[in-house]
Amino acid sequence: MRTNEKIISAGVEPIERVTQEITYREAIVAALREEMRRDPKTLIMGEDVGESGGPFKTCHGLYEEFGAERVRDTPIAETGFVGAALGLALTGYRPIVEIMFADFLGVCFDQIANSIAKHRFMSGGRVKTPIVIRALGGAGLRFGAQHSQTAESWLLSVPGIKIICPSDPEQAYLMLKAAIRDDNPVLVLEHKALLSMKGPAPIGIDDVTMPSGPRVLRPGRHATIVASLAMVRKALAAAESLNAEGIEAEVIDIQVLRPLNVAPISDSVRRTNILVTVEEQAPTGGWSSDVVADVVSQAFDYLDAPPARITLPDHPLPYSPHLEDALIPSPERIAATVKSLL
Amino acid sequence: MTKPAPGTGSASNKAAAALSIEDRIGLYRTMTLIREFEEQVQRSYLEGLVHGTTHLCNGQEAVCAGVAKALREDDYVSYTYRGHGQCLARGMDLEAAFAELFGRETGVCGGIGGSMHLTDIDLGLIGAFGIVGAGLPVAVGAGLSAQLAGRRQVSVCFFGDGAVNIGAFHEAMNMAQVWKLPVIFVCENNLYGEFSHILHTTPYEDLVIRAAGYSMQSELVDGNDVLAVYDAAAPAVARARDGQGPTFIECKTYRHRGHSRTDPAKYRDSAEVEAWLKLDPISLYRADLRAAGLMSDVGAEDVAAEARSLVKAAADRAAAAPWPSQTQDFMATMFVQ
Repeated sequence: MRTNEKIISAGVEPIERVTQEITYREAIVAALREEMRRDPKTLIMGEDVGESGGPFKTCHGLYEEFGAERVRDTPIAETGFVGAALGLALTGYRPIVEIMFADFLGVCFDQIANSIAKHRFMSGGRVKTPIVIRALGGAGLRFGAQHSQTAESWLLSVPGIKIICPSDPEQAYLMLKAAIRDDNPVLVLEHKALLSMKGPAPIGIDDVTMPSGPRVLRPGRHATIVASLAMVRKALAAAESLNAEGIEAEVIDIQVLRPLNVAPISDSVRRTNILVTVEEQAPTGGWSSDVVADVVSQAFDYLDAPPARITLPDHPLPYSPHLEDALIPSPERIAATVKSLL
Repeated sequence: MTKPAPGTGSASNKAAAALSIEDRIGLYRTMTLIREFEEQVQRSYLEGLVHGTTHLCNGQEAVCAGVAKALREDDYVSYTYRGHGQCLARGMDLEAAFAELFGRETGVCGGIGGSMHLTDIDLGLIGAFGIVGAGLPVAVGAGLSAQLAGRRQVSVCFFGDGAVNIGAFHEAMNMAQVWKLPVIFVCENNLYGEFSHILHTTPYEDLVIRAAGYSMQSELVDGNDVLAVYDAAAPAVARARDGQGPTFIECKTYRHRGHSRTDPAKYRDSAEVEAWLKLDPISLYRADLRAAGLMSDVGAEDVAAEARSLVKAAADRAAAAPWPSQTQDFMATMFVQ
């Protein structure tokens, strides 16, 4: 625990505000709990999120505090309960749904891409659709091809939905709180391999806003590395090892995939002249394609080498640890790629 | 060929017996207004005022009118691309509806939605869904909202026979029954999913069978008999308000025109079409009212003439409305800023 102070928030009982070391999983639970306390119109639905606290325990203790009506177990029916979220939102509620594995977003793709993302627009902006869809994705847990995808690229080409992807406990906490307060549909892509990651988070803070774009996690002069979700830690580790060789890499967490704001990345590249992206996805149609395209458009004259994209291969992930580990981008591969461009 | 199905007739006009003369004539007015609206849409399409495509509900007016009569102002209604009738039955402004179909600034959705997406949240018209079956889970969410809010509201969703074969239908039916939600599923069985006869895509014609699979209360009614529709809807709505859960109502009906503007419906047997045209819900109801001494032929013609005149005037005003601004802030339309 780093600090501990009492703050008074708008006439309600004092909230214990502490910056403490918590896990990514605890950060999700804390954000859900605080926002559900704050607004009685919030509720969460999903498979086994109730009494069992969620298959990944990301709803731990919520059922006990808020009851079965607001922490609602659903049938295994993503189209059904994601569609129901739209009906709730249109009639005054602020639903949050949990997609147990991000891979299951495929099951309810129509409800997200055709209904949720377009309903306000098609009404001429006359309805509000405050919906949070949390989806747990990512590789490294030996879950095989259907339970290991981050699904970052799946909804990239669908206007009408915001997409954020927290890479540490602090961001998991702050971004989820802001997403729940947002009056628009927000897809929060969380990463299973990060659930046990510990880090400081300002628990109890009330002043949260949706991030507007990427954030610089580590400054550097010689190369820009842009990463998302679990790849952020890999990029930071690569930067640390490069530092030992006198190479200062700037590490940027993309963190907001929609609306994608590449300008800060181009600014970084104007200083470093080298761009490497790291994405836990197949290469075709991923966010890093857009980042590279935009950086080339915005800062072409500043590039000293062709930008490099580090991704998963263009095939599904295999199960065997021996194979999976070899395919997920590693700090060594990132560092080697940076060096190859200098 | 498929014989016109009379429905069960089990409702035997019980709830309808309590309707006032004014209400009974009101149902005739509603159906006539919808018919005249759709006829004007057809004319406007040929004049180039309606764009893309449009899905008319001629022949199915009794379903919209009969169900709407059983609802309160604060209830929620969702429907499909063939949804003009539901909107008018809830009282959507005629000019705003036409202007939307014409793609004009004064449209109910600012010309952004179009014929398939008429929405007016102030009338509880929560949305028209262009993807078959997609509205059903949304209606379940509105039903859950009603249950949580505890104000005895109901959520009604309309869909066609084609929707019963898509996953969303089953997920929604199951959730509504498991949670005992105040949802009324109204299936407008017009025998054709787009161009395919129901028996080409579904093992049986009586879709009410599907409700049994979810232990859901159900009714099979003659969807061309507005009082029969009301008789099925009113008790279903009452049960839903009392917390007794959802109902599935199958309304046997027929669309007089093709699936959409470009469909001449040549796949339908002419004898079948003729038989169903004789069961036109408006003509049948007019005969009922005449037999009951509630409305003369002259009175019926007056109602039709008034509807035609209202519709024509609204369409003319809509046609004179400006186009939407091309430089409007579309990002603010998409997202609350």
